[in-house]
Amino acid sequence: MPDTAPPGDTQATISAEIAAIAAAYDGRSGPGPLLDYPPYRSSGLRHPALPPVAVDPDGVELTAPVFGPQDVDPGEADLTAQHPGEPIGERMVVTGRITDASGRPVTGQLVELWQANAAGRYAHGRDRHPAPLDPNFTGTGRCLTDVEGRYRFVTVKPGPYPWRNHRNAWRPAHLHFSLFGTDFTERLITQMYFPGDPLLPLDPIYQSIPDSAGREALLAAYDHSVTSPEWATGYRWDIVLTGPRRTWTES
Amino acid sequence: MSVPTPGQTAGPFFGLSLPYGAGPELVPPGDPRAVRLHGRVLDGAGDPVPDALLELWQPDPSGAVVQQAGSLHRDGWTFTGWGRAATDAAGQWSFSTLAPGPVRPGAVPFFALTVFARGLLDRLWTRIYLPGSADALAADPLLAALPPERSRTLVAVVAPGGFAHDIVLQGPDETVFLDTRR
Repeated sequence: MPDTAPPGDTQATISAEIAAIAAAYDGRSGPGPLLDYPPYRSSGLRHPALPPVAVDPDGVELTAPVFGPQDVDPGEADLTAQHPGEPIGERMVVTGRITDASGRPVTGQLVELWQANAAGRYAHGRDRHPAPLDPNFTGTGRCLTDVEGRYRFVTVKPGPYPWRNHRNAWRPAHLHFSLFGTDFTERLITQMYFPGDPLLPLDPIYQSIPDSAGREALLAAYDHSVTSPEWATGYRWDIVLTGPRRTWTES
Repeated sequence: MSVPTPGQTAGPFFGLSLPYGAGPELVPPGDPRAVRLHGRVLDGAGDPVPDALLELWQPDPSGAVVQQAGSLHRDGWTFTGWGRAATDAAGQWSFSTLAPGPVRPGAVPFFALTVFARGLLDRLWTRIYLPGSADALAADPLLAALPPERSRTLVAVVAPGGFAHDIVLQGPDETVFLDTRR
């Protein structure tokens, strides 16, 4: 296949920038990503330059929106059952528990998921990656957490895919998760990654989290007790929702 | 204590999953009580952001937080207080909703808003206050603590059918974003 990639920064340039920011990290910013993170080129004009203003949450900010059975069909949790045929790829179950800052389960709350197919292609009109679409896979699901805060999806493992942040840039395989907690300040959109992915050290989105414990918190664990005989492999990924800058200590 | 799960950008393809038809319509646009809350999302160059997602969370006109399910499949009658709108190719967004009431007597009513976008590595929180007299707005502790050129980035302006408000991610008119530390 001809190399049609536009000229641009090399991975070596991006990796050097990632390393320089990591070396300068003072450990103080907590487990979240840096919003001003030049290796992720699109962040340049899209991060606030001023620090956030501290405020006591008030009124609606102390509560979260409510979703119920009228909002989500139980079938939406199975991304492999939305079309007449089975999607291509490595079928997997991904499950875990969602807790809030005090360790309480987040129950009956909405979880949304979207992802590329097994070939690394999104069923989205703006994805130009010349990998096949799968007529049996849309790559979007929803569920509500149970009384213990658990969610569970059946899907296929997504492929890595190229993007144009720099020359020969590839995203590690990931699932996008959208999560609600017990108050509005716990609202979170994030990405779940797979352990041992060789693209993780090269990825400026994943590496925008300077704290190693924070990065590890986005890695699912292969769990043989979730794996189902003759059917699907299993991954476990637990989620802890807190406000943005609550004090925390590494356990 | 476990490590809080960090955020990551919503990326360019959230449109596959998150926006939905009635997301921006907390009440049907034809409802006689409906107000339109609309604006743009702008980047640090003043250019529109066509791949941002906003979520609105608000009390009802009496100031009550209704805590009603049904935001994803709206029945046309139940006000849930929550909505979701993606920006269009011109960076514009719009909600059809009810004006929020004060959470306590004398409080300045506001919409709570969460902002996501490609290029934005984690969500941002802000508020959109209903416009009012300078004296009335000064009753709010957050607005009162900010210099006027900053506090005005949190206050909507009256526009036909309701209110207008731009979210500016960066630059001289950068919106005040919030750290809801407790």
